[in-house]
Order: sequence, then C-alpha cells, then structure tokens
Amino acid sequence: MGELKNTAASSSARVVRLFVYGLIGLIGIGLFLAPMLFPDIRSQEVAARICIFIVLVASYDLLIGYTGIVSFAHTMFFGIGAYGTAIALKQMGPGWDAILVGGSAGLAVSFVLAALVGLLSLRVKAIFFAMVTLAAASVMAVMASQFSDFTGGEDGIIYKTPRLFSSATKLLTDENGKVLRIFGVKANGKTAAYYFVFFGSLVLYFVMLRIVASPLGTVLKAIRENEMRAEALGYKVVLYRTAIFCIAAVIAACAGILRAIWLKYTGPETTLSFAIMIDILLMVVIGGMGTLYGAIIGATLMSLGQFYLKDLMQAASEATAGLPLIPDLLDPDRWLLWLGLVFVLLVYFFPAGIVGTLTRKEANA
Amino acid sequence: MSASLRVEDLTIRFGGHVAVDAVSCAFQAGELTAIVGPNGAGKTTCFNLISGQLRPTDGHVFKAEREITNLSASARAKAGIGRAFQLTNLFPKLSVLENVRLAVQAQQGLGPVFFRRTSAYRNLRDAAFNYLQTTRLDAKAALPVTALSHGDQRKLEIALLLALKPDIFMFDEPTAGMSVDEAPVILELIEEIRRDRSKTILLVEHKMDVVRSLADRIIVLHNGALVADGKPDAIIALPLVRDIYLGMPAEKAS
Repeated sequence: MGELKNTAASSSARVVRLFVYGLIGLIGIGLFLAPMLFPDIRSQEVAARICIFIVLVASYDLLIGYTGIVSFAHTMFFGIGAYGTAIALKQMGPGWDAILVGGSAGLAVSFVLAALVGLLSLRVKAIFFAMVTLAAASVMAVMASQFSDFTGGEDGIIYKTPRLFSSATKLLTDENGKVLRIFGVKANGKTAAYYFVFFGSLVLYFVMLRIVASPLGTVLKAIRENEMRAEALGYKVVLYRTAIFCIAAVIAACAGILRAIWLKYTGPETTLSFAIMIDILLMVVIGGMGTLYGAIIGATLMSLGQFYLKDLMQAASEATAGLPLIPDLLDPDRWLLWLGLVFVLLVYFFPAGIVGTLTRKEANA
Repeated sequence: MSASLRVEDLTIRFGGHVAVDAVSCAFQAGELTAIVGPNGAGKTTCFNLISGQLRPTDGHVFKAEREITNLSASARAKAGIGRAFQLTNLFPKLSVLENVRLAVQAQQGLGPVFFRRTSAYRNLRDAAFNYLQTTRLDAKAALPVTALSHGDQRKLEIALLLALKPDIFMFDEPTAGMSVDEAPVILELIEEIRRDRSKTILLVEHKMDVVRSLADRIIVLHNGALVADGKPDAIIALPLVRDIYLGMPAEKAS
C-alpha cells in the first residue's frame, strides 16, 4: 500500500517538475520568438525588460538565495554599468568603442566597489552588512543626481547607440530597398538590439548556471547553511563572500549595460531607484530563493503583472459593466491593489517561491 | 621526538570566569590522548582554542613548532588540524554526499573553482563516496542531512573529519547519543587511525570504558585547569580523579 502511495506521489512530483521546466522552456521560447510573436513596441519593451531582469534577479539570488548575503546595493551596480555605458555613449558618440570603454569602466568600478564593500564589511553580521549596502546605494543615488554635468541629474541621459541598433537601420532589404520581413519580423535595428539583449542575457544566465554547479557553488551553499562549519573545513568565508559579491556585482553591471543599450536612456528611475531594488527582491521571493530557475519565473510574472494587469482589469471592468460594485473593484486605477493581493497569495501558497515550493514538494515525496 | 601539537599557558576568560586556566601540554604523533573531566571542565573550550573557533586570552598554540595562535579556524584546518564537533554541526539542507564532498573539495583546494562543473571532477565524488562507505553511510548519500538519525549525523561528522585528511584529529564525544550497535563502527575507525601511528588524536570522552580501551594517555581537566596527565591506569587510580570525576556517576554526556 505504502509503496503504491509512494509511486503515486513520485509520479505527481514528476508532473509538477515537468510543469515547472515546461513553463521555463515556454518562457525561454517566448522570449526568443518575442519579435515574431509580439511585434508591437510595448511587448518588445516588456520582453527586453524580462530578459534583463532575469539576469539581474538571478545575480541577486546568487547573493541572497545561495550565499545568504542580504544586500540592498544591487541596483547600485546595475546603475554603474548602465551609467558607464550611457556617459561614454553621450561623450564619445554612438559607437562600439564607447560601449566598450564605458561598459568596461562600469564593470571595473563595480568590481572594485564590491571588493571594497565586501572586504570591509562582509565580516560583520548580516543586518549590519545590509545597512552598509543601503548606505552605499543611497550615496550612489545622490551622487548620480548631484553630478548632473555627467549624469544628467534627475533627468538622466538620452543618447544614441551604434547605428546597428537604430530603428531606421535596415539589416536586410528586398529588391525594392525596403526592410525585409522574416516571419513578419522587420529585419531592422530594433530587432538587432532585441537579440543583442536576448543573447547577452542568455550568456550571462548560463554563466551563472555554471557558477552554481561548480565547486564554488557548493561552498556558497555551505556558507549559507553553516558559516562556522565552512570555516572549520578550511574555507575562508569572508573571501568567498567577497568573491561572490564581486561576481554578482559585475553581472548586475553587465545587465546595466544591456539596459542602457536597449533603452537609449539612463536615469535614476530606470536603474538606481529603490523601487527597482524592491522589484528585484519581490521577483526573487516569488520565483524562489536559491534556485536560478526561480529568477526566470519571478521576473516574467512580475513584469507581465506590472505591464498588463492594468489592461486585463480594464477589459474585466468593461465586461462586467452591468453588474454592481464589481466594475469599480476592477477599475484599472486599482491595479496596484490587485497586484499586491496577488503577491500576498503567492507568498502564502508558495512560501519558498514558485519554483522552490514546487520542487521541494517533489523532494519530499 | 618533537611534539606535533603543543599548547602553552592556554587561558581564556569569559568576563570574570576562567574557562581554561593556563593549560600547558604537548601531544605526540601516534598517540591517542583522551581528555576527561566533569561537565564544564573546559574540554570543548580547549578544543575550540586549538582548532581556532576561539582565540585565547593568553597563551600559545603550536603545531609542530609553528605558532598558530593567531591563525583563523580555516587556516588551521588547512594546516592539518581536523575537528569533529560535539553537537552536530553540518550543512543541514545539503545532501550527505555534498557534505562530505565539501570536505574533500576543501582538502584538495578546489573551493575557488567557479568555472568547471563539480560533476567534471569524478574523483571528488568518488573520494566522498569512499568516506561514506567507510562510515557506513553510503546508502544514504542522496538524503539531505535533516533526514538522518542523530547517530548517522554523528557518523557523517566523522566522515567529514576523515575527508579533511588532517594530521591532528580532534574528536569531541564522537559516540555521544549513538546506539550500542552504532558506536563500535566509530570506535573501530578511531582505532584504525591510531594504528597508523603517524597521526595525533585528541579525544574528549565521557565513557570510561571507551577511554580505557583506546587511550594511550589521559589528561584530566577540572575547572579549566589541567590536574592530571599520564598513563590510563595510573590516572584512573588517582584518588583526585576518582573524587572529581569518577566520583560523579550521575554525570552524563551532555
């Protein structure tokens, strides 16, 4: 009897696991084919944002989920990457050399800053470290708005990216000199920019998958589980923490570079703001801490919610127009309330995040 | 013969309380020293001072004449001081195999490798699995530590220590809380390390029969101070020892 139950449990676990991986595969394919499936501009914005945030969220999960480091400075590194690229593109003109110089500068600054913050403060208790990162992030945000000659202050910087990414660029043309359409996708610069973002994010994501599957990945989990014992095995915990803090910072800065190239605008609101930090945190929690697959689901769900919940409510509100009260409740102006409600329900039903909870149930079966 | 491990005037105070009081002692390779004493005598604190979890208020620790008093716990582990803990002190959510693999990986210096899959190192897994076989945990390799019984967790603790391949082995009540049929496995393992005659073994143990059968030498701690040091028979015969230690049969392993 018990055996029978076990097989049933493990087969249902297999279904759940299949569902999770299927969903992730679907998101991956959806993002890859986004220009074909969702050709309108808004959808492309959403797709690019999802790509970039998957990287950003996954790199944050390396800290909070894998190693147990709570940092509020992740948007700072994201911003440094973006601002480095943006300033170089503004000052040097729209060329690949500017991206190379500005991007590398952003990565270098992120790395050095992360190493300094890490070595100076990763030996203190988690809560103090969180405070230090909060302070550093605030200082950076203030600096970005004060050095307005370089950063454009609160307005941010608008600039041009290399010609390849300009919407007017025709990558392929037909015999009439018009932009060629492949499966309905215009082979223009916008599409090129999207695939630059997509493949850039893909590479970064695979790098992170490799890191968590490496010997270092296990050490990080060991530090999260039992810092004192990791030290007793001969692992210098401070150095490992600093190392992953630097790696995560550099990856966040890479995501910043992608964001700067995609948006052709960099400002406090798009990179440095605390609202983004909260988004990242929510995405990690929704997807599941300590699983990089969670980042895909968290970033996708949250971004879709932020962009489309309003539309959905608009439609629902109109469809229920004849009924009392319901149309008012579903008024698109109340979308944040519903988004909040969805979060509460998600956290209630998936306490370890969607991927975390589903795969954990599978492990218990 | 020079000592493989030596402590000199080792002292630690917590506020006004002197937990370890000017303990001086040398340990030789090939020797199993049992450290006994009533609860609160400072045995585990002494261990913490030697393996680096605590820093002494006063005194020095030498490993083969090299002063290691100021080294961190991780540096001491690398220097060959291996420690198994009294209270189970593992990585609870990781699998049994991963726990041991972490120790093997530390011993081989592979921790910082971040761009090769762990699975590419077959020898890591094989070595870890070997230690699990030695400690009879191989059938439970894939389980998370939280799924293990207390006795099995103690065995895993020993497996981790073996995987570090230290020259100083420190066992803190290795058989406490183990069932009657589990304890011999561990004692046999300790006996095996001792037969090698190149390792130094320190053993904190409450069970006098275990001490008597394994130890080459016994050290008695009382109120943080070293009060007796010698061959097992001589020590057990001392009236002082009978008074402070054996005279308290109610004393149970904590």
